[in-house]
Amino acid sequence: MAGVTFREAARKKLLWTAFLAGAAFLSLFATGLHFQVKDLRISSVPPFIRNQIFTAMLQVGFYAVDLLAVIMTILTSVDTLSGEIASGTIQAIATKPISRWQILLGKWLGFSAMIAAYVVAMFGGVISVGRLIPGVLPQHPVRGGALIFLECLLVLTITFACGTRFSTLTNGVIVLGLHGIAFIGGWIEQIGALSSSPRLVTVGVISSLLMPSESVWRRASYEMQGSFVRTLQFSPFANASAPSPAMVGYAAVYALIALGIALYYFHRRDL
Amino acid sequence: MRKTFGDKVAVRNLSLTVRRGEIFGFLGPNGAGKSTSIKMLLGLARPTGGEAIVLGAPCDDVEVRRKIGFLPEDFRFYTWLTAAELLRLHGRLAGVSPQQLRQRVPELLDLVGLTPHREKRLRDFSKGMLQRIGLAQALIHEPELIFLDEPTSGLDPMGRRLVRDVIRAQRDRGVTVFLNSHLLSEVEITCDQVVFIKQGEVVGSHDLRAHPEGEIRVTARVHNLSRESLAGLSAWTTSADLRGDTLTLVTRANAALPEILRHLVASGADIFEFTPQRVSLEDLFLKIMGEDRGL
Repeated sequence: MAGVTFREAARKKLLWTAFLAGAAFLSLFATGLHFQVKDLRISSVPPFIRNQIFTAMLQVGFYAVDLLAVIMTILTSVDTLSGEIASGTIQAIATKPISRWQILLGKWLGFSAMIAAYVVAMFGGVISVGRLIPGVLPQHPVRGGALIFLECLLVLTITFACGTRFSTLTNGVIVLGLHGIAFIGGWIEQIGALSSSPRLVTVGVISSLLMPSESVWRRASYEMQGSFVRTLQFSPFANASAPSPAMVGYAAVYALIALGIALYYFHRRDL
Repeated sequence: MRKTFGDKVAVRNLSLTVRRGEIFGFLGPNGAGKSTSIKMLLGLARPTGGEAIVLGAPCDDVEVRRKIGFLPEDFRFYTWLTAAELLRLHGRLAGVSPQQLRQRVPELLDLVGLTPHREKRLRDFSKGMLQRIGLAQALIHEPELIFLDEPTSGLDPMGRRLVRDVIRAQRDRGVTVFLNSHLLSEVEITCDQVVFIKQGEVVGSHDLRAHPEGEIRVTARVHNLSRESLAGLSAWTTSADLRGDTLTLVTRANAALPEILRHLVASGADIFEFTPQRVSLEDLFLKIMGEDRGL
């Protein structure tokens, strides 16, 4: 099941389209950085500040990769369960001598592998551009990449869980809606922390508990920035209120519970 | 078995026995609960009540599915696969080894007449071709029991003939076939046993092997028929009824017709008309289901 799911993405040109979009973004990003390097060299910006600007630019790149990866995760997987249940395609599979949990887990693994490939390629692309053009590297790139992958897995698993119960369209609306809440909540929390408003921070934390995807990104961003930038709160991606490692643990448990729910409902439902 | 969706009853009280090696026809009007019943037997749907034993195991047993093939109604599958890939995938899922598949896949493509289209993707298949490849995937692991849900839907006469031949070949191998079909004429030529269901309940059954000719209904116009000779007809008929001078009788064998005529003539009756009419499965179906569905 995992193999066929992976092959499906490749055969449907879905993955290639996503990679193409990613490549377009990377070349745009590289061009932008190239001119920025040129301009800053002419102006009399001190090297230290210049370096900070490039590091911040790198964060912009990572943020775009994160957003692309999350969107690609939702778009590719939103139809896999509900669509096959609605069309009856799943019937010819579910009557084979394999358990329902094997079908679901196989599909989940196939998508996970595809998303891993995508994150590695895109994330690696941004790091290479950063290294080759302005010559900067993020702090802890492996941790950052792993956290972005975790965020995608979280979104994927919620999409699967909703796919066992809802139609494709409803599922898409729910998952995008949840990610939207997390996104807005993340900003509210940041603004709350910068303006020392504990109530805003609480609202942000609650939204992160509802859907921890954006928190995982903010932790990834925090991990990839130098300690100096963190204290200066220099870039727009500075984390005035960085999610704790406990939030990452919460996200992982959240994903595991979602996987459990997906397995439970898929096992019980009529196909 | 019983299946309800909310307060709607799809299958009320289904009780069935299918003997090994027979071709079993499962008949009923639209919405009678045929597909839901098949889904329950295959473990796709959970019965609200009751249980089913399939090949000696509970119907939701995963292992027993190694011996079961299924062609869903209106078969469709991943359109990006080629015909050969589809068969290999289903073979792998059914537990067939890659070595066996190297032999099975071309054999089956040949059987369903799709060898020239083996590398064509399913998105370019017609409905009839999809149905053929669906039939092939149901047979890939040489099952002992095959469920076919409307196997001839969307097929042209050649395709229908093919399905019929495949079913017969499977029976000759000792395979049990559970056939769900609307096309009664098809069922009539292929099945050994049929069961009629209506509103999720068995309302009749008919053994086509015991009575391959079906029933013959005779309408006759007779004068001077004595009560005794009317009673004497029971030697050849299952029912005989005289109203005025119209005699209606039902017999199960063609060979009884001359015997009945001889008996009537010998008893001194005058016969003005004698019209035998074969009762088809369709007539039986309509009789059992009632005419109340006429729209």
